[in-house]
Amino acid sequence: MKYMLLINAGAVAEDGSAEGCTVQDWMNYDKAVREAGIFVSGESLADLVTATSVRVGPDGTRTVVDGPFAETREVLGGFYVIDVPDLDVALDWAARCPGALGGGSMVVRPVADFGA
Amino acid sequence: MESPVSGAVEAVFREEHGRLLAALVRRFGDLDLAEEVTSAAVEAALVHWPVEGVPSKPGAWLMATARRKAVDRLRRDRTYAAKLALVQVDSVTELPEGAEFPDDRLQLFFTCAHPALAQEARGALTLRCLAGLTTPEVARAYLVPPATMAQRIVRAKKKIREARIPFRVPGADELPGRLPGVLQVVYSIFTEGYVASSGPRLQRADLAEEAIRLARILRRLLPAEREVSGLLALMLLVHARREARTGPDGSVVLLADQDRAGWDAAMIAEGLGLVRVALTGGPAGPYGVQAAIAALHNEAASVDTTDWPQVVALYDVLQVLAPSPVVALNRAVAVAMRDGPAAGLALVDALSGDERLRDYGPFHTARGDLLQRLGRLPEAAQAYGKALDLAGTDPERAHLARRLDGSRGSAVS
Repeated sequence: MKYMLLINAGAVAEDGSAEGCTVQDWMNYDKAVREAGIFVSGESLADLVTATSVRVGPDGTRTVVDGPFAETREVLGGFYVIDVPDLDVALDWAARCPGALGGGSMVVRPVADFGA
Repeated sequence: MESPVSGAVEAVFREEHGRLLAALVRRFGDLDLAEEVTSAAVEAALVHWPVEGVPSKPGAWLMATARRKAVDRLRRDRTYAAKLALVQVDSVTELPEGAEFPDDRLQLFFTCAHPALAQEARGALTLRCLAGLTTPEVARAYLVPPATMAQRIVRAKKKIREARIPFRVPGADELPGRLPGVLQVVYSIFTEGYVASSGPRLQRADLAEEAIRLARILRRLLPAEREVSGLLALMLLVHARREARTGPDGSVVLLADQDRAGWDAAMIAEGLGLVRVALTGGPAGPYGVQAAIAALHNEAASVDTTDWPQVVALYDVLQVLAPSPVVALNRAVAVAMRDGPAAGLALVDALSGDERLRDYGPFHTARGDLLQRLGRLPEAAQAYGKALDLAGTDPERAHLARRLDGSRGSAVS
């Protein structure tokens, strides 16, 4: 069963590491996910100031705006998709992720299965 | 009209429902299928037992029937079977009738109390899956419309299925983290029954008794876990006072005014035995300590002869184990009994900045009581007034209105 782990990082320091963990912690985690054979995909996202939103109205007009900007302290900073047997295992992997530390949180979402 | 046989079926069903369901969930890994075939087996029993008589092992009969129906269903519906990712439907062997089956209820307890489920759904699911209550019964217990409860249960079951919350007993290393969640669900069912959060009646004994029944099952499944004994002890010791807690008209009777002869002596004796179990052989947990506090009340002949220094000492322990503003409030009230209302009020007032107590009725009731005992009647009336606004049941409201009148009346005279 596939789960997406959404990393809502807390306060981020200059070097990109969150409070309470180092870049090395992230590298160790990434290595652990890959070595466990559960890695499906994963990316870390560039700074939120680079984000752009696009919307298409009912008349087909495209609206492009800068942002969104963080309304809360937590910002989606990246994700992993992992393939594990059940939610408890997914929650364990989420809890091990450095993104769960330093005021951040992880959101675990099962990937929809359309019976393909 | 109910025939004696259908009564027997119901009794067996309530007793066996949880075991049956849990065993089926373990075998098929699907709560919906397990529930469906459990009901189908009961329906079959209602047809067969009046004719053929109640079998010697009714639970095993129901189990064999339910498994047969599950296999039929999965053979008919291969897509469903494929979805459940079952190894081989045909390999599901039929259990010989009369065979015993293992007790898998513990894993169902952990699934129903899973922290990933909404708090409000956990008690409802536990009552339905493990206490064998129907959805309308659960709805009645929580005083919500059946449709609302049905939706709550459907949503929780959908999450179990689609997020794949596992049916498993946490390993020894996880148990200390997960067991408190299960105990909390059982205790919340009890407290909902003990002081109903809303409605015309103060107590809903059925719910309290269901919680006690669930704790007894848990204790059989986890005999070495002392907090399970502590929880059962706590509930028994509190529930033993149920008859004395309300007057003939359903009004509130405070601990100080209760007729202690009306307490359930057998239940207290059982509770006291369990407190000893909970407090022996290692550091006590929060339920064990709360049970010990309840035991001090149950053992005393009156409020005046209660061992208040010991009650305060136990609250000190509890504040370390499970700190909360409510524990601090209860401790302040015990201090008032030990050292007088002024000492208690100082502690209560020190808590008034805590916003978690601002809308907590008992905080204002306790404050009103202490102020009244100190003769500060206008302030007492104000505190009772706040408590009255926050009270959820009619008897609580009537009781507080009387106390409010009392503090005003004496102020005038």
